[in-house]
Amino acid sequence: MTGPHVEKFIVPIGPQHPALKEPAHFEFTVDGETVTSASVRFGYVHRGLEKGAENRNWAQALYLLERVCGICSHAHSTVYSLGVERLAGVTAPPRAQAIRQILLELERIHSHMLWVGVAAHEAGFDTLFMYSWRDRETVMDILESFTGNRVNYSANVLGGVKYDLGPAQADSILSGLDYLEKRLHYYMKVVNNDESFLGRTRGVGTMTTEEAENLGAIGPVVRASGVSRDLRVDAPYLLYADFPINVITATAGDLQARFVVRIQELFESTRNIRALVEHLPEGELAVRFPRKVRAGETVSRIEAPRGGLFYFIKSDGGENPFRVKVRTPSLRNFMSVIVGAVGHQLADIPMILSGIDPCFSCNDRTVIVRREGRDGSAAPSESDSRKDSSS
Amino acid sequence: MSDVPAGLPKAWTKMLEGLKNWSRIYSPWAIHFNSGSCNGCDIEILATLTPRYDVERFGIKLQGSPRHADVLICTGPVTLQARDRLKRVYDQMPDPKFVIAVGSCATSGGVFQGCYNVVGGIDQVIPVNAFIPGCPPRPEAIIDGVVKLLGSLQQKKVAEKTG
Repeated sequence: MTGPHVEKFIVPIGPQHPALKEPAHFEFTVDGETVTSASVRFGYVHRGLEKGAENRNWAQALYLLERVCGICSHAHSTVYSLGVERLAGVTAPPRAQAIRQILLELERIHSHMLWVGVAAHEAGFDTLFMYSWRDRETVMDILESFTGNRVNYSANVLGGVKYDLGPAQADSILSGLDYLEKRLHYYMKVVNNDESFLGRTRGVGTMTTEEAENLGAIGPVVRASGVSRDLRVDAPYLLYADFPINVITATAGDLQARFVVRIQELFESTRNIRALVEHLPEGELAVRFPRKVRAGETVSRIEAPRGGLFYFIKSDGGENPFRVKVRTPSLRNFMSVIVGAVGHQLADIPMILSGIDPCFSCNDRTVIVRREGRDGSAAPSESDSRKDSSS
Repeated sequence: MSDVPAGLPKAWTKMLEGLKNWSRIYSPWAIHFNSGSCNGCDIEILATLTPRYDVERFGIKLQGSPRHADVLICTGPVTLQARDRLKRVYDQMPDPKFVIAVGSCATSGGVFQGCYNVVGGIDQVIPVNAFIPGCPPRPEAIIDGVVKLLGSLQQKKVAEKTG
């Protein structure tokens, strides 16, 4: 069916589609079953969060920005709190930092387990989907006993945290982690040994180290392509310097490697949580935070479950943020889908797409890309964002 | 609303309508549309399908296509971009159709009120039969909302019989 006069056939998908829970529009040009080009249209969940944050005061913006993404909500509120606290010259007490870090790692467990399920569902392996979501309820129970809510915990306040970790919660965390670790070993076995599952993952969506670097991939996606990049190690925040994690990498760069990397990261997370729970610093939960933040600007970065999460925060000395810029990891990973889809079978596309763990509610913010050489300047490859956000 | 063939005796029509209502109550098919949600409600809706909550045991099934669905489960505030899509999905559903708004944002716009790209709650765009507040509502609350909606259909049925 190849030849110079073959008609182009475009398969449009979305924005409402059965594969993903969130809206996005895709167009795949196919030649028979083979994808020859792909494009994506975002913006259905663009809500204007960055502008909205400018109209709220520092504390109110925390609750708005926590809802950039419901899956990694604690990551968003932590990165914002860390940035604003740095601007105001306030440091959260060590106990608060430890609790923040425990929650970050618990959130990583819930996010990765959610992903294992959704990706298995895309592969047509619904049994693993149901297993992983059943076991994920263990983490949800821990989070609920800890903070009172299953999603959007609002555990952070500016200057510390709201919830203390008592002996009862510590016990429930430790026993929950015991169970999870047992299950994670089982998932590892399935991901590495189940022949029909390997048929959907091995050699699919492969990205070499060089491609991953060029496409600007981030998080577990780039780590599965052999790049050791993790902000928890590269630029430690909270207590990651004292309670370090090991960066997990793989070299294959295909979907199977991403499964392995994510599941192994969970073992690191459980180890890290245990260490923190056992050596939880004593002291206050929060310090007083001023109503106004002195003028200045800062960049705040943490490693969210999907990769490096970046906030730029600027204050003009008032009660509201002057500017909050959010750059989420999902957006950086999308290039790898658009490029990686070409040459694959149409049936592999949902797998390749879910391989980056896309989160559209994180994605949809306005980005203006300045093209190279437009005004004679050699151009910033990083998109120069101007506007707002969404999600 | 009726796709019962015209010209049937009245008793037949009534029986067929009753049969349709009965099957709708005991096995409603749902479709989920995210019109600007943060994902929090979406993962809780997905959690209702998974083993701990498992609404499929009540015959509730999540469908891919609006043309197969009885119930539209909406999450999130309505953004300007998603507004027309939401209307289109609603229009594609066959009558009679029911809409459930899940979460504070779907109810009123929630924390996103005042953001420039947000229209407001789902009821700004399409009629809503049931609201489930919470940020996000627990899976139990979502199941309870669906059951309440179905219960109201049941009452309608009883009212039709007696009235």
